[in-house]
Amino acid sequence: MTGAALVALAAVILWHIQGFPAMPGQKFGPAWFPGLIAIGLAICGALLFRAGLRERAPLFAIPEWMQRQHGRRAVATVLAGLVAYILLADALGFHITGVLILALWMRALGASWRVTAAVAVIATVLVHLAFYKVLRVPLPWGVLERWAF
Amino acid sequence: MTGAVLAQAFALVFDPYVLWVILASAAFGLFVGAVPGLTATMATALLVPVTFFMPPVPAIASIVTATAMAIFAGDIPSCLLRMPGTPASAAYTDEAYALTKKGQGELALGAGLVFSVIGGLFGTAVLITAAPALAEVALKFSSFEYFWLVVLGLFSAVFLAHANPLKGIVSLLFGLLVSAIGLDNPAGFPRFTFGNAELAGGFTLIPIMIGMFAVSEIIRNIGSIDQPWEMAQTKIGNVFDGMWTLAKRYPVQTLRGSVLGTAIGALPGAGADIAAWMSYAMSKRFSKEPEKFGTGHIEGIIEAGASNNSALAGAWIPALVFGIPGDSITAIVIGVLYIKGLNPGPTIFMNNAPSIYAIFLVFILANLLMLPLGVAAIKGAKQMLRAPREVLMPVILLFCVVGSFAINNTIFGVVLMLAFGLVAYVMEENGFPVAPAILGMVLGAMLEENFISSMIKADGRIFAFFERPIAGALGILTLAVVSIPALRILFRAPR
Repeated sequence: MTGAALVALAAVILWHIQGFPAMPGQKFGPAWFPGLIAIGLAICGALLFRAGLRERAPLFAIPEWMQRQHGRRAVATVLAGLVAYILLADALGFHITGVLILALWMRALGASWRVTAAVAVIATVLVHLAFYKVLRVPLPWGVLERWAF
Repeated sequence: MTGAVLAQAFALVFDPYVLWVILASAAFGLFVGAVPGLTATMATALLVPVTFFMPPVPAIASIVTATAMAIFAGDIPSCLLRMPGTPASAAYTDEAYALTKKGQGELALGAGLVFSVIGGLFGTAVLITAAPALAEVALKFSSFEYFWLVVLGLFSAVFLAHANPLKGIVSLLFGLLVSAIGLDNPAGFPRFTFGNAELAGGFTLIPIMIGMFAVSEIIRNIGSIDQPWEMAQTKIGNVFDGMWTLAKRYPVQTLRGSVLGTAIGALPGAGADIAAWMSYAMSKRFSKEPEKFGTGHIEGIIEAGASNNSALAGAWIPALVFGIPGDSITAIVIGVLYIKGLNPGPTIFMNNAPSIYAIFLVFILANLLMLPLGVAAIKGAKQMLRAPREVLMPVILLFCVVGSFAINNTIFGVVLMLAFGLVAYVMEENGFPVAPAILGMVLGAMLEENFISSMIKADGRIFAFFERPIAGALGILTLAVVSIPALRILFRAPR
């Protein structure tokens, strides 16, 4: 399964690099290096595919947490929070988004409301002080732009 | 090394700011190492965004100190929880826990500390003597030699690091493929960018590393966060009791662990965790009482404990001299060195001598500081291990997010972090090692550049790669290393 996917990926790469220009007067242009990688991937993919068929290996290893509801929820929340940050940070600003995703994560992992509220706010403020104030990272303010300090 | 350089190096290290950074990093490293699920590599990845804004010496000093402390502190939960604090302690976790069950937890913790320090100092001594000597030789290297060194490094990562070399090669190729993205290649042609400006610049490695080492680790641990840890009850008095007896009883083991650890560290792709496994196995094989291993016997802990800390320093040898990382920690460090203008390579000992010797001093200082701070960490271990993970993990995640953002100040860094965090997680779950991928990403550009410029010099003749004496020797060595396992894969039924 992984093997087949690798062979397919290699084919796409080989097809894509046909469009790369040659270097004038030279044998090794920009297509050479990715081409070699693609050939390697194809060979390894084929070998893995053969090994997979022989062993009748499962398509994917199913980790232990998938079988438990709490585990599934915890991992899903972590990923959802990260995606939410990517989508919302510029619009809402770091501070609101930061507090929200911290609260989401801590609640999902089983912290009490009181701890969640306190830590979400304090951690966000500390990150603000450390990164925005001391290290001068331009964390986005978003809707709080007017009150930026 | 002249006296003036040494004096400058001392001045760089014994500066209140630098010393403060070292102390803070030590505390951070001890904590990260002691909490299972947080690793030394993760500590490095998390430190990078902060060190980004520091001068070179404190930046590097913080990484050196934090990793040394973390590798030792990984032994603490081995004794108390039967869980390794970092993968480098996994080899002897059962042994250490068995000692605790026998009421000798104090001895196991003390040996972990004392022999970590000895191993660390040994590795440092080798680093200080070998690196400049190797640099003398490396000054004569041309693109041919570098090409072979990179190939050798990449393949030793594949064959050393994992039971399944085929999956290792796939991981390596994946890393090389990632390194091929963007404009930054000898032809200056935008590859795989699909017209996207973020992709044209190539991937920034630091968010990728934060993803692969921190986010993937958190995903791995968070699924079982509702299961509480059970702490073994043990009384801890003076951890140095009996250490002198042990040192007199097992000098060969200590030395063997340190030597093997340094060597494994210096080989690209394998670091402290593999060093510990190999040293533990070696200790058992050569022991006079191998039947005691696994029942709470201190001998293996001494050898492997010295080994994993010496590997840390060993990994810096190829990293500083050739820009080829010896383990995943130095893979991150190389990026930091470039950012700080301390470009790795044989000339680093001439152009940046004071800074480099300052880094060597930090290695010594960090290992010595480990004695008092390690005792404090052991005493405070129960408190550290009681830190609520449901609060800790979210805060670390937020830190990862901000750190990934801070490198280029774009949200694309966070996207990279998440994507590669997932990729690394899925890879490891399916038996693909992550270390070769990292090495491929770090070394891909160097590999292509040295190949192309060698080909231009040689006018396309492949044999030119074997014409210079050192290049020829390296080439033959590489082909031997590559072909033996490759033939094994092709002609024997795959495992």
